Amino acid sequence: MIHTSHLVKQFGSFKAVDEINLEIGRGEIFGFLGANGAGKTTTIRMLCGLLKPSSGEIRIDNLDIIKHSEQIKHKLGYMSQKFSLYPDLKAIENLQFYAGIYRVSFEPALKRLEPILEQFGLSSILKTLTQDLPMGYKQRLSLVAALMHDPPLVFLDEPTSGVDPQARREFWQVINDLAQSGKTIIVSTHFMDEAEYCHRVIIMQDGREVALGNPAELKQEYGSANMQELFLKVLGVSDAKL
Amino acid sequence: MPSFSRIRAIAEKEVFHILRDSRTLVIIFLMPLLQLIIFGYAMNMEIRQVPLLVDDLAMNSSSRALVDAFVNTDYFQLVPKEAGTLQPDELFRERRAQASLSIPKDFGASEHRVLLRIDASDPNSAQMIQNYALGIVNSTGIQTDAGIDLRAQILYNPDLKSSFFFVPGLIALILVMVCALLTSISISREKEMGTMEQILVSPVSATEILFGKVIPYLVLGLLDALIILAVGMLLFQVPFRGDFSVFLLFTFLYVLTSLCLGLLVSTVAKTQQAAMMMALGMTLLPTLLLSGYMFPISSMPVILQKLTYIIPASYYLQIIRGIMLKGNNIAQLYQAGLSLLGMSVLMLIVAARRFKLRLS
Ligand SMILES: Nc1ncnc2c1ncn2[C@@H]1O[C@H](COP(=O)(O)OP(=O)(O)OP(=O)(O)O)[C@@H](O)[C@H]1O
Ligand SMILES: [Mg+2]
Repeated sequence: MIHTSHLVKQFGSFKAVDEINLEIGRGEIFGFLGANGAGKTTTIRMLCGLLKPSSGEIRIDNLDIIKHSEQIKHKLGYMSQKFSLYPDLKAIENLQFYAGIYRVSFEPALKRLEPILEQFGLSSILKTLTQDLPMGYKQRLSLVAALMHDPPLVFLDEPTSGVDPQARREFWQVINDLAQSGKTIIVSTHFMDEAEYCHRVIIMQDGREVALGNPAELKQEYGSANMQELFLKVLGVSDAKL
Repeated sequence: MPSFSRIRAIAEKEVFHILRDSRTLVIIFLMPLLQLIIFGYAMNMEIRQVPLLVDDLAMNSSSRALVDAFVNTDYFQLVPKEAGTLQPDELFRERRAQASLSIPKDFGASEHRVLLRIDASDPNSAQMIQNYALGIVNSTGIQTDAGIDLRAQILYNPDLKSSFFFVPGLIALILVMVCALLTSISISREKEMGTMEQILVSPVSATEILFGKVIPYLVLGLLDALIILAVGMLLFQVPFRGDFSVFLLFTFLYVLTSLCLGLLVSTVAKTQQAAMMMALGMTLLPTLLLSGYMFPISSMPVILQKLTYIIPASYYLQIIRGIMLKGNNIAQLYQAGLSLLGMSVLMLIVAARRFKLRLS
């Protein structure tokens, strides 16, 4: 589904992403872990075509992301780290807008997403102005907006930051269901417990890969009891700021 | 090929912003009205209530008729008697009088000459005062010997009302400022808020974004033009001699040009504040100075004259003055209109090419 080789992003002389090689398969939940500034967002932005790699290659469904950007854009949904729905639009108007720019009929799309809307408790607040929603609801709404055009590939950049644990668990339940239905999910997070939900994770530091693999196998490999411990061990710090 | 449904999605969303964001409404409605009133009264260069010192040595029916003719207009007011002991020069220096009228002893009988002295430290005003005075003297049927041919003919604005010039000019100025602000802010706000990132990740093209942004503001800009026109006509009694549909057509083109200018700004500006500064910088002074609004284009140095070709307002001023004051029709204005259309298309193309579909 996603293939990158020698992916590099340089801002001036600073390498924000350095030689990242990934192979992500269909239906996989793939997690990006790393401290602030590790290069997670920059990598994800390159993977969804928002940033042009300085060097290296990205192929999605075997299509080069630069040459076939138009085609690829239809296949991916993206939820940026910064909340970016329109606050002065009602929830439903935001969804309508996303349906519009992806050229999908709104009513069928809404119907298709009804189970998720129910699960998220969004059905009853669709007429509310987005700015009046609590953070947790805004983020769930962002996910639904990214799913309007039923993309096989979904990028979620720290979708659960600033949300309470209960809401996070519900969010991950939906993510799991989406992966089960065959969607590929790329997710970045600061929460180590969330890494456990991922099929595979990459741990990044200063733009480079420091570990890559299945959480359980990684824990075994490094002899760590949990992801938090693994994370600190891998980064070689005793008190990483997350 | 731009997709109509995507353009519509963006335009519809924009309408929600317009209706719900008080700042946009302020830019659209309040700012133009304030500008019109402030600029309008500040730039009103009409001569009214010029303090006039009268030195009447004749004191007969003819001289009184002449003085009355001056005072009965709105243009002159008599300087009170007690000031009359001072010399005119002193009064001029102290700004208590701007003109003095000396009527000789035998005025109306053997003498027909009167002397009008005008403070010309402000030559424009002096010129106007002279014209008014001559007009008044003329209308009383009394001979003068001021040594000036009275038959200066002033077309279109026989009263030399400056409002006839500044109200159309203000419509041009306000429209270009407001429209350039609207589109440039609207796009830079999305960049600032991060919502542009969500749009860019979708298959929307630059052309679709630009069209979606322009269309709602085109309607608003026209609405704005109507409001400014109506208020300008009400407050400053400017005539509208042309055809209304011609006004709509050409104003539509001017609004389009101004919106496209804003689009161009937004391809450079990353923040709303930068967009605001640039949009104002590219419209306010150039329009004031180089459109023919304040200074006639024909009296500019050749280099500046060439520069006026790229100022949208220089075309629109011809158009709006032509329509309002001269009753021009399409045939007389189409060249200016085509120039505006050409500028719009050019700016739209440049903006679409410069518009980055990636983050930088
Ligand atoms: N447009 C840019 N220009 C210059 N430097 C940038 C730019 N974008 C990101 N960076 C830098 O690149 C590095 C990686 O940033 P990135 O946002 O990818 O990190 P992140 O892992 O997503 O961090 P966080 O957890 O805080 O979101 C940071 O040091 C950041 O300052
Ligand atoms: Mg990030």
